[in-house]
Amino acid sequence: MNASDLASSYELVVIGGGPAGLAAAALAAKAGVQTVLFDENPGVGGQIYRGIGTTPVRNRAILGEDYWAGAALASEARASGATIVNGATVWSLDPNRLVGVSISGQARMIQAQRVIVATGSMERPFPIPGWTLPGVMTAGAAQTALKAQGLVPTGRTIIAGCGPLLWLLAAQLLRAGAGIEAILDTTPRINWLKAAMHLPDFALSPYWSKGLALLREVKAKVPVIAAHRIVAHGKDKLAEVVFATGTGERRMTADLLLLHHGVVPNVNLAMAAGVAHRWNGRQLCFEPAVDADFGTSVHGIAVAGDGAGIAGGTAAAERGRIAALAVIQTLKPGATVPNMQMMRQTLAREEMGRAFLDALYQPAPSFRRPVGDTIACRCEEVTAKQVRDTADLGCEGPNQMKAFLRCGMGPCQGRLCGLTITELIAEQRRSTPQEVGYYRLRPPVKPITLAELASLPKTEAERKAVER
Amino acid sequence: MPRTADVVVIGGGIHGCSTALHLALRGLKPVLIEKDYAGRHASGVNAGGVRQLARDHAEIPLSVSSMEIWERIEDLVGDDCGFESHGTVLVAESDEELAGFRARVDDLRLKGFTHEELIGRAELRRLVPAVSEHCPGGVVSRRDGAADPFRATQAFRRRAVEQGAEMIEGVTVTGLARNGNVWRVETSDGSIEAPKVVNAAGAWADRIAAMLGEPVPLTVVAPMLMVTSRLPAFIQPVVILRGRKLSFKQLGNGTVVIGGGHLATPYRDRNETVLDWEKLAISARTVWELFPVMRQATIVRAWAGIEAYMADGIPVVGPSATSEGVFHQFGFSTHGFQLGPGTGAVVAELVATESTNVPIADLAITRFKA
Repeated sequence: MNASDLASSYELVVIGGGPAGLAAAALAAKAGVQTVLFDENPGVGGQIYRGIGTTPVRNRAILGEDYWAGAALASEARASGATIVNGATVWSLDPNRLVGVSISGQARMIQAQRVIVATGSMERPFPIPGWTLPGVMTAGAAQTALKAQGLVPTGRTIIAGCGPLLWLLAAQLLRAGAGIEAILDTTPRINWLKAAMHLPDFALSPYWSKGLALLREVKAKVPVIAAHRIVAHGKDKLAEVVFATGTGERRMTADLLLLHHGVVPNVNLAMAAGVAHRWNGRQLCFEPAVDADFGTSVHGIAVAGDGAGIAGGTAAAERGRIAALAVIQTLKPGATVPNMQMMRQTLAREEMGRAFLDALYQPAPSFRRPVGDTIACRCEEVTAKQVRDTADLGCEGPNQMKAFLRCGMGPCQGRLCGLTITELIAEQRRSTPQEVGYYRLRPPVKPITLAELASLPKTEAERKAVER
Repeated sequence: MPRTADVVVIGGGIHGCSTALHLALRGLKPVLIEKDYAGRHASGVNAGGVRQLARDHAEIPLSVSSMEIWERIEDLVGDDCGFESHGTVLVAESDEELAGFRARVDDLRLKGFTHEELIGRAELRRLVPAVSEHCPGGVVSRRDGAADPFRATQAFRRRAVEQGAEMIEGVTVTGLARNGNVWRVETSDGSIEAPKVVNAAGAWADRIAAMLGEPVPLTVVAPMLMVTSRLPAFIQPVVILRGRKLSFKQLGNGTVVIGGGHLATPYRDRNETVLDWEKLAISARTVWELFPVMRQATIVRAWAGIEAYMADGIPVVGPSATSEGVFHQFGFSTHGFQLGPGTGAVVAELVATESTNVPIADLAITRFKA
């Protein structure tokens, strides 16, 4: 589909083709809501179901049955009558629900009556010394390569961090034939104490048995070492990983270091639209303040899925349906729809084990608030020390910090440093992340070329000016 | 007992901060009240142009005196503010436009101002090699330049505090009342008494003026800017157009700031702006035509600062017409950044001595009286 084939307005624009977006678009379109779904990837699925339907990984056991469950969501969305556009980058959303989207280099502005933002999550920054070296990447990036291209790392691979996805990726890589030298488990021991009170709920959630099975599978094949300080060494690329254990410092030669400290909501688009956000002290990230239907502080804009707080893929789909149902009730009040109560119950069950996982896998402060020459902002090469020193000089928030150090002003638009900068300022000024706040995010939330912007259709007034 | 000061300055933009600094340098004790933080709005997020070129006659004296301060800015505020002087070039896109520019430059010379200089095709090409072939010439102001707006505003703020000014940020002025010989300034955090008040409240200055019973035709506007990712150096001076709205500048770090006055929708009570991408697309098309080298550049950010635009496009500088001891310094109509240093000096002089030699009569608030 080309940009010029799009209507100038839609009743519902869904942004993101992961589980929340697919489920929302499917339900809304089936109920007769004129729906378009924009997804920036070549195929739908989001991160969790990336490459669903196109992945070269044929052996279903490698990615696991939970992955293949995405196929049903995708085909349901395709059959629903929703217009699904892949390769569509949404670079702007404003409080009036005007959506800026780019398809194959052509930009368009689309007016939406309702918007469901389903932009999901991204990996938490993992700023350790040497994390910018070639050969160091996020575990999520490795998973993307596996799902989309069937690529499996070769050479000596070390995985470091904590979180449920870390174990899932390790299992998937092992099944695909990768060798993993070691897993450096950064889960702080004290977290077990904090998590213990949430264990009864977790034991009732679907994640309990799946999680245990994954841990057993991985631990049978790979040494797991508790580590509380990790440094990546190398001249032009990674050569060695040095880490501190309970019994002293150890070093291992390595070609690839995969880092993972859980995922956090990808807030850029919602924030740029003016949606109010708050600090989640359990998940240590900002998330939009949402109501029971995932509506936000901006009228007509909902945020569903992990973008509204991390809860996993199955919960994301349920959240997408609930947000869509709210849209249907407003725009097509007579439509036949599923029972909202049932959805809320399913969602509650899915979210049940979350508190345990959040408490257990909360990364240690030393991994979130780096010191010294460790890079905090990769794009502009700003170090932790620079940020701390500038905060000491009186810089109170991330927006002033941008002006002083340019951190967050590079092409990633703060995705790789935002949380680090907020936490560093809060620590240095003995404040809280809620108080310090986040970068004020400016569109375009994804870079667009001048040529793309110039390709926006001319307005009536501009055409007249030329004719005159 | 309310707090007291010699002067209350309302507004922590570059103008308020500059005035506070110059008042402190005169030995007075100013208190500056800013509703957000210094440089939060137009002063901190403008394009940073330090330009004498193409200004209204009424503000040229302030612009010229400001330029002298910019050229020794580090001596005044202890920071070079990122100021670099590579000139501003007003590009003519046609022979008719160039003829109009020639008339203006001749007129300025008759009035004694020599900073604007007409240039032909060859000199334009020498100054701006990347400019499109269709442009026959232009006007250059060689001493012009650009600075880092937030850094400059913060530098004025910092030096003002070092010199004895007090800064109160995150506090809003809620009322103004005459109390004997002093003004009582009510704020969201108590009141302050001072014999003199300066209204440098930018896009909110009409509200202060209204408290004094002198309404002004002020429109709240939000000129949009966008910035690209880093490109190899290809242009030194700031480039502006007349016929089409464009200002264009490459910073030392390689990023290119594109502006020119297309407007976003401002919401001044929420400190928010909503961008108009169709207008930014017009800027993109203008750049596309003028600088082919820019076509594959990436736009990484766009924004707009909230500021005041007066009905006649020039600022209000001088004493209040209704209220003794109050001085206005607002309404810079999207071109006030360069004027900050000099106007602060002039207003401080007015506050301290009741007079100034810099001609500012045409900027008086009385011009709006029916």
